[in-house]
Amino acid sequence: MDKVQKPELICPAGTPASLRTAVDGGADAIYCGFVGSTNARNFPGLNFSLDEMAKSVLYAHDRGAKLLCAINSFPTAGRTDIWKKAIDDAISIGVDAVIIADIGMADYMSKKHPNARIHLSVQAGASSAESINFYCERFDIKRVVLPRILTVGEIKKVHDAIDCEIEAFIFGNIGMMAEGRCSLTNYVTGKSTNMDGVCSPANFVHYEEDIDNNLTTRLGEFAIDCIACGQSAGYPTICKGRYNADHRDAYYAFEEPISLNLTHLLPDLIKAGVSALKIEGRQRSKSYIRSVVSSFRNAIDGYARGETPDISDLLALTEGHKQTEGAFKSKIWR
Amino acid sequence: MNKAKLNIGPNLFNWQPEKWRDFYFEVADVAPIDKVFLGEVICSKRAPLFYGEFDKVVDRLEKAGKQVVFSTLAEVTSNVDRRLMEKQANDKNFFIEVNDIAALFFLKDKKHSIGSYVNCYNEDALEFFAKNGATNICLNPEMPKSGIEALNKTAKQLDVELEVQIFGRIGLALSARCYHARAHDRVKDTCKFICDIDEDGMDLTTLEGQKFLTINGIQTMSYTYLNLVNEMSELQKIGINNFRLSPHSSGTIKASKVFRSLLDGEIDEKEASAMLDEQDLGAPYSNGFYHGIAGYEWRV
Repeated sequence: MDKVQKPELICPAGTPASLRTAVDGGADAIYCGFVGSTNARNFPGLNFSLDEMAKSVLYAHDRGAKLLCAINSFPTAGRTDIWKKAIDDAISIGVDAVIIADIGMADYMSKKHPNARIHLSVQAGASSAESINFYCERFDIKRVVLPRILTVGEIKKVHDAIDCEIEAFIFGNIGMMAEGRCSLTNYVTGKSTNMDGVCSPANFVHYEEDIDNNLTTRLGEFAIDCIACGQSAGYPTICKGRYNADHRDAYYAFEEPISLNLTHLLPDLIKAGVSALKIEGRQRSKSYIRSVVSSFRNAIDGYARGETPDISDLLALTEGHKQTEGAFKSKIWR
Repeated sequence: MNKAKLNIGPNLFNWQPEKWRDFYFEVADVAPIDKVFLGEVICSKRAPLFYGEFDKVVDRLEKAGKQVVFSTLAEVTSNVDRRLMEKQANDKNFFIEVNDIAALFFLKDKKHSIGSYVNCYNEDALEFFAKNGATNICLNPEMPKSGIEALNKTAKQLDVELEVQIFGRIGLALSARCYHARAHDRVKDTCKFICDIDEDGMDLTTLEGQKFLTINGIQTMSYTYLNLVNEMSELQKIGINNFRLSPHSSGTIKASKVFRSLLDGEIDEKEASAMLDEQDLGAPYSNGFYHGIAGYEWRV
């Protein structure tokens, strides 16, 4: 491909050790969140204390990388002080941008910290040029993380019609529902994805094996899938389960247990004007982060030099797993 | 105190145009409803289907003294969506209910409502919307009592009216993919409007046979019907004066009469609840979200 503007590689970190791994592996920026409900990956054992975040900012900056702080769940009424303090804390320790989903918090941050960079979280669900431009006009957002529901062609059109940078997911778990607009977990568990930052929380997950070794995966009261003896069972996420409808049995009503891999579409995304390519997975291990980051680093650098890099490493990473190019490749996915 | 208003939210399903028209004619003629939300919220492909009947319906509703509000699309991605959104939001004849932030881009300073598909979970969000021209906000049905109470304090100060859904299936998620089309081995672009065979959505059961969810095109809904009949006096004490019924192919108008009688003090909650129990909607009621527990649960 022709030489193009090289996009940033944005990598996840659930712990300070993962962050160091991602920085050392060649990430241009790392995204991570504080412990607690202020971020959309509020899992036990994950995320950063203020002190850890402050040290991580220094570690990243010393090595020429940026730190993006995700404060991207939706504060419930009466509790916004916690989110505002998180925003103030993040700014005070020098993070490079705060990733925000809630319109009230975007309003707060743009007024209180007018010189700081706001990135609009994927959780804000801004999927059209009009929506993005509204956020740009009102809060001067500098970058939007696009929902995983647009084709590359649509991303190009959005790029040409908006006043901020685009960040797009390229690799990792893919939820089937529009981000920031899903109450399925709350319907089943009483814990809200938007308000509590959880999706299929582990303390509601059960695996039950019958005498024939069939394994039923369950979230709360509801069976999400049943896997015959010997096959591997996926984590019970509602939108990756199998269900019956009147006219058909045991089908993946939303999507199969599958992950997103846009390796083959990287050149097209770069040409569409995407400024930053994002890897999902703040819950992932250090070794996973190490191999994914270094593989994408090589691929992006290769494409940016106008070469066609060897991407067999990246494909090997997901070998044996089902993967998809999701909505990005064509409208047929919809 | 203002008299409590009973409203009918936008029809979320793909009904035949005649069914759609006749439903609203009946609302106009016999339902004790104050405000009616019209317009396609779920799928831009469906919108032209009932437009032939639109003017007649608006005319009949307005002559019957109902306020008509135009509800916009909840998800905007394709160019068709964007054009429809622009057309909806720029419609000079109607008060607009916003279901995606894209509509705010077009509305500029025009007064409007915020619908339940736009996230408004806290006082800061509410204040932003109010200052941006919102006069009414319909809360997301996953909001618990404590949240409704806290938000209503701010809403009062800002002269914004909050609305709460009290009846009908709950919209739980939106997607870019059409799950109705997928269930019939089609995709959104080649769907041939297969969603029209399910007037209240397509039920999904678990592999163990437990009723679970309902598919409505790109929307995933609860299998249960939300019913806050036993929470009505508490909601009124909190200060909520706008109540929304989400329409279904049957039972909606009867439910509106029961809720109106309850609001007018002609019957009590126990009687109202018994009258709603008499209706066979084919699915159980739920009120879990309000009580801060799993949404499908029913707490008496």
